[in-house]
Amino acid sequence: MTPIIELKSVTAGYEGEIILKNTNLIINENDFIGVIGPNGGGKTTLVRVIIGLLKPFSGELIYHQKTYGNGDGKLIGYLPQINKTDNKFPISVVNVVLSGLADRNNIFRRFKKAEIEKARQILEKMGIGHLSKKNIGELSGGQLQRVFLARAIISEPKLLILDEPNTFVDNKFESDLYKTLKDLNDKMAILMVSHDIGTITYYVKTIACVNRELHYHPSNNISQEQLAAYNCPIQIIAHGVIPHTILKDHNH
Amino acid sequence: MEQFIQLLHYQFFMNAVYASILTSISCGIIGTYIVSKRIVFISGGITHASFGGIGMGYFFGFSPILGATIFSILSALGIEFMSKKTDVREDSAIAILWSFGMAVGVIFIFLTPGYSANLMSYLFGNILTVSGLNLLLLFILSVVIIIVFLVLYKTILFVSFDEQYARAIRLPVETINYLLITLIALTIVLNIRVAGIILVISLLTIPQTIANIFSKNFKTIIFLSIAIGFVGSMMGLILSYFLNIPSGASIIFFFVLLFIIAKIIKIIQTSIIYKTAVNR
Ligand SMILES: Nc1ncnc2c1ncn2[C@@H]1O[C@H](COP(=O)(O)OP(=O)(O)OP(=O)(O)O)[C@@H](O)[C@H]1O
Ligand SMILES: [Mg+2]
Repeated sequence: MTPIIELKSVTAGYEGEIILKNTNLIINENDFIGVIGPNGGGKTTLVRVIIGLLKPFSGELIYHQKTYGNGDGKLIGYLPQINKTDNKFPISVVNVVLSGLADRNNIFRRFKKAEIEKARQILEKMGIGHLSKKNIGELSGGQLQRVFLARAIISEPKLLILDEPNTFVDNKFESDLYKTLKDLNDKMAILMVSHDIGTITYYVKTIACVNRELHYHPSNNISQEQLAAYNCPIQIIAHGVIPHTILKDHNH
Repeated sequence: MEQFIQLLHYQFFMNAVYASILTSISCGIIGTYIVSKRIVFISGGITHASFGGIGMGYFFGFSPILGATIFSILSALGIEFMSKKTDVREDSAIAILWSFGMAVGVIFIFLTPGYSANLMSYLFGNILTVSGLNLLLLFILSVVIIIVFLVLYKTILFVSFDEQYARAIRLPVETINYLLITLIALTIVLNIRVAGIILVISLLTIPQTIANIFSKNFKTIIFLSIAIGFVGSMMGLILSYFLNIPSGASIIFFFVLLFIIAKIIKIIQTSIIYKTAVNR
């Protein structure tokens, strides 16, 4: 097991308010971690800390593999929970996907034919190949979400972080997505935030419960009692998931 | 027509023609950035803040444009810094600097004894009296803008489209933002002689708005804006000469005219497309 990123007793939050207390987490190659927890529990905050968008108050954040923008393959691919982008902005779908390849060590770069082709192929795989030349303003919410997913994976990152990737998309795409993620997992570690615990426990390998504290559960099989012990009251908000689906054994 | 060809022999008139070209290039590119990123209000703030420098220039006897340059760059950096690094909200920061600059300008102009020569041309523009130095600076600025947008095109595009993601992948967001806000400030100041403080913002927005009617592509909007800007300012320049009115006003008059024509063309275009689609 080769570690990619490590959080050592990280405490983080906003303007003096502590949201994540004393958090420890190691993300290894080929991990598939499902992050669950109640609204406002701190899942997005955790993601922002890992990505480096939010500086922790204390603790250590170690990037074991310093490949941030070294050309072939980035360290992290990222799908934000909410995209604050302006859909009137004059940029085409294919350019948004290509922005996933932008490299801080070469801000003067241009994109090669092969890279543009790769962007097209990924869009094709997402089922929106025909939209590649469109302006982002002409897309529906779910289509846009797929574009942002394509942007997150085009660089073949070491770690793919998805903050609620299933918002906006239809359930056909959602199940396709999980299968795609399973394939991608052979090449990269994945950390996925989701409220759909019933479904994700089927796909993920391990679970992190986040509610102001992080409790790592080294299996995809978690019981209601364990959730309660982790101080993770999630069955309350899990939409329509009856407890026995959570308890059901998914060994594969 | 003969009268017009006659005009081309005059140095002042040729200067004004060169100014129109450089104005449409600098405002075409920078304006596309401003409109796409929706920072028109920031640009308005920078423009008006620069009036403080003009007033101080009159009072202390240095070049008003030099004063305006200093004021506009400082207010541009100030807005960027205050809104990102302090908890002052961006629009509030703009409003403060906007009115502060205007106040400083008014105070110093009233304190300056006697008649403030050329004040009208700073307020409303006079493309026919653009100085050789102003032209040279405008030329250098246009070259710099072209180079910056050529070599940094994709990075600028990505950073302005999604700053949060750009930060996540460690693009130099801060550097790009400061660089571009400085270019905005310089573009505004060097075009003040063309359109005046009150109206320069329209050089940066109306051509882009017209271009945006026909294209949703950043690069195409740039080229269209340059073309529209050139046509509008040439016509405005001629009207300004014959009617002896401030060029800022006459240019904007033609911009709005072009805007209305563009809208009509677009409406006809859509109805034709619609009809052919229905008839199929
Ligand atoms: N920018 C911010 N400034 C101040 N407080 C914030 C900010 N962002 C989030 N918070 C607070 O931090 C807490 C955790 O928020 P976070 O977004 O991490 O929750 P989450 O687990 O992702 O929730 P959800 O399931 O709703 O997405 C919340 O109480 C929220 O109010
Ligand atoms: Mg969240």
